[in-house]
Amino acid sequence: MALKIVDACVNCWACEPLCPNGAIHAARPHFLIDAGMCTECAGDHADPQCAEICPVEGAILDANNEPTNPPGSLTGIPPAVWAAALAATAVGSSR
Amino acid sequence: MALHVSELPEHPPAGGCSAGRCGTDPARLAALPEDMRRRVENHPCYSEDAHRHFARMHAAVAPACNIQCNYCNRKYDCANESRPGVVSEVLTPEQAVRKTLAVAAAIPQLSVLGIAGPGDPLANPERTFATFRLLAEKAPDIKLCVSTNGLTLPEHVDELARHNIEHVTITINCIDPEIGAEIYPWIFWRNRRVRGRAAAAILIEQQQKGLEKLVERGILVKINSVMIPGVNDEHLKAVSRTVKAKGAFLHNVMPLISDAAHGTLYGVMGQRAPTADELARLQDACAGDMQMMRHCRQCRADAVGLLGEDRGDEFTMEKIAAIEVDHAAALARRTAFRAQVAAEREAPRSIVETVATAVQPLVFHRPAKAAAGRAVLIAVASKGGGMVNEHFGHAREFLIYEVSAGGARLVERRAVDIYCRGSEQCDEETNALSRTIRVLQGCEAVLCAKIGIEPWGRLEAAGIVPNGEHGMEKIEDAVMAVWRGLLTTGQLGRATDGRLERRISA
Ligand code: SF4
Ligand code: SF4
Repeated sequence: MALKIVDACVNCWACEPLCPNGAIHAARPHFLIDAGMCTECAGDHADPQCAEICPVEGAILDANNEPTNPPGSLTGIPPAVWAAALAATAVGSSR
Repeated sequence: MALHVSELPEHPPAGGCSAGRCGTDPARLAALPEDMRRRVENHPCYSEDAHRHFARMHAAVAPACNIQCNYCNRKYDCANESRPGVVSEVLTPEQAVRKTLAVAAAIPQLSVLGIAGPGDPLANPERTFATFRLLAEKAPDIKLCVSTNGLTLPEHVDELARHNIEHVTITINCIDPEIGAEIYPWIFWRNRRVRGRAAAAILIEQQQKGLEKLVERGILVKINSVMIPGVNDEHLKAVSRTVKAKGAFLHNVMPLISDAAHGTLYGVMGQRAPTADELARLQDACAGDMQMMRHCRQCRADAVGLLGEDRGDEFTMEKIAAIEVDHAAALARRTAFRAQVAAEREAPRSIVETVATAVQPLVFHRPAKAAAGRAVLIAVASKGGGMVNEHFGHAREFLIYEVSAGGARLVERRAVDIYCRGSEQCDEETNALSRTIRVLQGCEAVLCAKIGIEPWGRLEAAGIVPNGEHGMEKIEDAVMAVWRGLLTTGQLGRATDGRLERRISA
């Protein structure tokens, strides 16, 4: 049982200091969880800490490869609106 | 202490301009308690005078954040709180101190190091405080400041005081959890993600508690608010009253910056930004309650330089590695520079002091009697140095001067939406021009070094007089000349002041 950080991660460091097991590493291109060390916070916290603070939808997957924070759950932007915005404006290209 | 400011007698608006526009002008500074004035007068972000003489830099050592705002996308630079995105270069405390020392050696004006992001400094307390500790050892003359969302502020006030931090900025967008729920979708609190109204209630309580504790400790507190039309615009008047009553020194209302391309909830859902007019009206309304800061540039959290300029590219970690710094010599240069500025400012200030104590402080810039001709807003395109020296089409911001018979005063800076520049949707010149003209709303003239024929015509059509005749002149002289021109051509109402009329006809 372990969570997994995938490439949506923006390397914001928020999760790293919270892990009770020191399982999270500031790797490149994105942070990583050492599956052998991750306990999903069992025994330490009611909720997996990295998934609770992570600001990016889809950056952390659970043991079933499902996002702990699915699309729309953090930003409040309905997924359909987000998809339309992506198509219309090339989000983020202005920088 | 800050209440002294608002206890000053209100002076009726003279010549159509409101007394509240005075912001942190010298007369108001002179009216502050000595101790607070000393702290404010060298701080580029607080004092309208200081921002011309002193430079600040921000170091991006704090990547993590503990709340989500609807105007921020953690992936990209936050346009509203001016944070670089987490994709920008995040520094370790050691790197940040190296960089600060290199900048302080190259720019003797440097007086402030701020930590504002890319996340929240107090969500990264070890990194933030390590930076302050290391810097204080090598350059104790540099002032330190912090910008925070306030969520963990109360528990850090003691440590902030220990590090001699004189200034803290809290971003407070609301004091009502119902409104807060529309601005903040969640916070991370006591090991859990908390959402909605409950989240906003906790955040608000912590912000207010933090503000109170800072004031108790004698730390100057500035409040930043982002004006979000239809969400918190009216409410910010109540925010202004509340934070003033609790002793905040300054309230800075900034416009929402919203663009679908930023990938924020507000951007994608089409939440609009306020117009320059709406912003100015709200700032006026809040200014009746307390000091407002109108020269804020929403500078980036990793900015380097005088307010409004960014010399960050000169100080990348790579370039810094090659710089050898003699810290003692650099400190001596900074000390000498400050002594020189202090001497230059001493003379005018004693005049201000005399006027401020003898007469009403707020009327310093204004003629005692009704002014000859209205006060008008005049925009100036400037690259800096106090000169009219920027091409209209290259201006990334305009300095807005309020000009009347009593003189010219910088009241505001308006940024042209640089965030859009270069993206496919925005490259049509006409669109850029329309945006610029919207930014200039409320101004009656715009001064620049040069201007093309098309913008000239469009500005005239919008009722703004373009003027390229004062290129390379000092701004104050140029705007006064243009104001007098408007007066003589009868555009400012009847002149009643004989002295002024004589000067114009001479
Ligand atoms: S779930 Fe808990 S133990 Fe696993 S990586 Fe995240 S914080 Fe660490
Ligand atoms: S909190 Fe999320 S985005 Fe930030 S470093 Fe951890 S996994 Fe990446």
